[in-house]
Amino acid sequence: MTLHDITATRRGFLAGSGLVIGVAIAPKMLAAAPTGVQAGGDAALTPMNAFVKIGTDDTVTVLSKHIEFGQGPFTGLATLVAEELDADWGQMRALHSPTDNKVYANLSFGLQGTGGSSSIANAYEQMRKAGATARAMLVAAAAEEWGVPAAEITVEKGRIKHAASNRESGFGAFAERAARQTPPAEPRLKSPEDFVLIGTELPKLDTHGKTNGTAIFTLDITPDDLLIAVVAHPEHFGATVKSFDDAEARKVQGVVDVKQVPQGVAVYADNTFAALKGRDALSIEWDLSKAETRSSEELAADYVRLFREPGLEAANNGNVDEAFKAPGLQTVEAEIVFPFLAHAPMEPLDAVFIKAADGSVDIYNGAQFPGMDQTVAAQILGLDETKVRVNTQLAGGSFGRKAQFGSPYMQEAAAVYAASGANRPLKHMWTREDDIRGGYYRPMYAHRMRGAINAEGQITAWEQVIVGQSIMGKADLDETSVEGASNLPYAIPNLKVTSHNVPLVVPPLWWRSVGHTHTGFAVETFVDELFQKIGRDPVEGRLALLTEKPRHAGVLRKAAEMADWGGQVPEGRARGVAVVESFSSYVGQVVEVSVGPDGAPRVHKVWCAVDCGIAINPNVIKAQMEGGIGYGLGAVLFDAVTLGKGGRIIQSNFHDYRSIRINEMPDVEVEIIKSAEKPTGVGEPGVPPVGPAVANAWRSLTGAPVRQLPIVNIVSA
Amino acid sequence: MKFKLAFAGPALTGIAAACLFVTAGTALSPASVAQDANADARTLRPAASFQSIANEQERSVALFTEAGKVIQHPRCVNCHPATDRPLQGASMHPHQPPVFRGDGGMGLPGMQCTTCHSAENIPVVGQADTVKSIPGNPAWHLAPIEMAWEGKTLGQICQQIKDPARNGDMTMDELVEHMAHDELVGWGWNPGAGREPVPGTQAEFGELIRAWVDTGAACPAS
Amino acid sequence: MVTFTLNGQERTFDGDPDTPLLWVVRDFEKLTGTKYGCGVAQCGACTVHLDGMPRRSCITPISMVEGSEVVTIEGVSGKEADAVKTAWAGLDVPQCGYCQSGQVMSAVALLQMVPKPTDADIDGAMAGNICRCATYHRIRAAIHNAASSMEG
Repeated sequence: MTLHDITATRRGFLAGSGLVIGVAIAPKMLAAAPTGVQAGGDAALTPMNAFVKIGTDDTVTVLSKHIEFGQGPFTGLATLVAEELDADWGQMRALHSPTDNKVYANLSFGLQGTGGSSSIANAYEQMRKAGATARAMLVAAAAEEWGVPAAEITVEKGRIKHAASNRESGFGAFAERAARQTPPAEPRLKSPEDFVLIGTELPKLDTHGKTNGTAIFTLDITPDDLLIAVVAHPEHFGATVKSFDDAEARKVQGVVDVKQVPQGVAVYADNTFAALKGRDALSIEWDLSKAETRSSEELAADYVRLFREPGLEAANNGNVDEAFKAPGLQTVEAEIVFPFLAHAPMEPLDAVFIKAADGSVDIYNGAQFPGMDQTVAAQILGLDETKVRVNTQLAGGSFGRKAQFGSPYMQEAAAVYAASGANRPLKHMWTREDDIRGGYYRPMYAHRMRGAINAEGQITAWEQVIVGQSIMGKADLDETSVEGASNLPYAIPNLKVTSHNVPLVVPPLWWRSVGHTHTGFAVETFVDELFQKIGRDPVEGRLALLTEKPRHAGVLRKAAEMADWGGQVPEGRARGVAVVESFSSYVGQVVEVSVGPDGAPRVHKVWCAVDCGIAINPNVIKAQMEGGIGYGLGAVLFDAVTLGKGGRIIQSNFHDYRSIRINEMPDVEVEIIKSAEKPTGVGEPGVPPVGPAVANAWRSLTGAPVRQLPIVNIVSA
Repeated sequence: MKFKLAFAGPALTGIAAACLFVTAGTALSPASVAQDANADARTLRPAASFQSIANEQERSVALFTEAGKVIQHPRCVNCHPATDRPLQGASMHPHQPPVFRGDGGMGLPGMQCTTCHSAENIPVVGQADTVKSIPGNPAWHLAPIEMAWEGKTLGQICQQIKDPARNGDMTMDELVEHMAHDELVGWGWNPGAGREPVPGTQAEFGELIRAWVDTGAACPAS
Repeated sequence: MVTFTLNGQERTFDGDPDTPLLWVVRDFEKLTGTKYGCGVAQCGACTVHLDGMPRRSCITPISMVEGSEVVTIEGVSGKEADAVKTAWAGLDVPQCGYCQSGQVMSAVALLQMVPKPTDADIDGAMAGNICRCATYHRIRAAIHNAASSMEG
């Protein structure tokens, strides 16, 4: 591929973003754009409204209020706009919107934010209206220009036509005139049966730049005179700097300065390697007086002790205590301990700060709550919020890590920038170690389950106690600790779910599918054990208790049918099943597992059925199921962040916090249930079922229930 | 990064102290004590010192047993695996990322040893405190499968080493030369930062093997 | 002073000779397609071709590169590269995309050595490249597609 080809490819992808110019005049061969992508796109584009811009070259740029980190909002939101605009898919582009908590609010949150698998669900009508409004304005402009009634004008695949006068135009020629039209108060939206783009497998808009290295992530922003900063963090949660010696660090060629910040000690350098080498040369004494010094093992023992204490009531249907006293019962009990999990997105946390001539600051980063980052950065930099522009960039994954209330990462990055004197552009970056040891984990949880089976083989009672940190920092019941358990889908007459919030200095955070990461596992493995006890088939048993839950039953039935459940299973393999609803989407999975050469589960195949309402883009939905399965499977098989004796964090990088790799990835087959329900999210719901399905298959294969995660630890112990 | 723990007393530096910390927790003993305790594991007895064993066969066995401190060390066994996958680290866990033997023990197409390993040990700067360097040597590769040592007793390894069908068709003289002077064998004494070297020196090891051969190359019973 | 060839052009570097090739390429040459993901040769996001072979640039000191030819994602070319990029786009392999430069570089190297790889060949060559989005299912299919496309 030649320079010309690459530039042309970039131009195709980023047309109208302003970056093309950056490439054309870049001083070195093939160099990437040194500055980040300005949120909102090029001023040369004509805005139809807050979400849709049209270029003179007929391109339609959709401003995504949601961050694109692989879950597909660029493509999804553009599909919604293109559908109502009657655009051709080839003319669609997408960029991040500017930061504005009002204009670009997530309609489910009330402020700008990405999370909870909500991008499509909250923007479904909003983006269609944005497209329909723009269409109406283009039609009005064409009617005005051609002097014909608007009602006689048609739009199809990006062409505006007036058949009677045989006139035709693209969007670009009318963009400016259209922008001057009064937008319709209530644009007419298509009826779903008239959709031509929604529901089809459109190619994603961000694929090309992500295939040839030209997509710009925060880490790629390298303006002239850039300062790189890394921070030395403690290895204990809650530790603070007592004293440090930076003499050796300052001797490193390229190191510019060393400063203490609230989060640790920052090293500033002219290049990344110098910053890392300088940080390595620091000698720091940490104050552990307020640090967590218990090990994970000690924490688990403390958690388990709380099982016997009265907890916060999350569900209490029927009378569980009485039900367990009934004569002739069989009871089944299980205790399961879940470890801390790091999100470990491929791109560790980072941010770039560039001061403009007027003293205002552009921040480039991959935030899920850009408005919150803006507020926090403005406070720390001592600037009015209007002087801080947060430009959301493509992010190398997140899985929840970049959605933090109070923006603790931005607090660190902005403090580092402020301490530098803010005279040079600055990139603050975390290494993989900062990421794995940086906290904001999926918290540790301990579950205790009790089930009662009567003489007729019916499950009559279910009691579940959940102990762990409140992600929301609540003293009373935190729904995210019990979701999936307190609303148990199975028709069991007596149900009691309680929880205990454990205070801990290890900062907690949501991790792809939040509470369902542990409740899904606990519920779906335990119900499976109950069916085993009564000798019922796991699929039939579930279906019998899901008669009031047609969407659960629908995906379960579909997954079982795809897998030919009950049919022949290859020698040495076993199958497991699970069904979990999360974020209003329903996913059923059947997995086929054998014992691998290392004694750990080898997952060969996953059959996955998903019901997420109207399927906007089946291609993206399938990709999210495949990815969610891989992400969930890797965690269940391999991962734990462990506090060692004295509370020191053990793991630090991918050698001891293992990611699933291609040789461990099962074959995945996905089917989407046809539905007329409103669309719901797919970023997270693929994750929860895979873990319990694998554990169920493992139990059926080896006889051993999985009561502790990750599975590799119990099979090698 | 060097860390001093406010409650721990003596300053902790280096990997040995880090290991100590994991095992001994907060009740730390001075590093020198740990070194003394491990001194026997870090050194090799000179071949000459075995003269006190009168019976030549017993002496031969004793010499090989001493050499076994090198042969059965993770530095050596990790690349003499019993499967196609090398081992890694003091705990001898399967190599991460997963890599496999391939032609000549040099790895598979697209993932040869040289994808990560170089002609010398490469220090890793500013990353994991448990990954201080990437080991390397011009001849970096796995021993052939017939020379697998993983999971075998010293006696089994001894028999194998003497068997031309399982030692690369080496004469005993060639074997002595290999142990005493081969550069890749010598890597064991210079394994790079963060990795414990095999005990003694390659010269001492070579002398043990020479003396073992000269005393009839007797093997331990198990 | 280290002299090497980068995507066909001669370049020099006179900074710290211990500087990993990764940071020379990114910070000094401003070719940012090659990514940092771990710094310890565990994830493969930094994969480049060094004298025609895949190499993790994060553990390659620039001093080692003297006189060598380095090719990054920005400069990789030839029928295997074209086939891989086309196949990647055809299946919409990337999700977040951050690891994909490394995936593409590893896949191109595999096809240069094994034009018609089996699933086992793909596992062998690609297991050093982590994708946290777990796009592996499509990576495998795309490599097979790329191989098929080169047959004709």
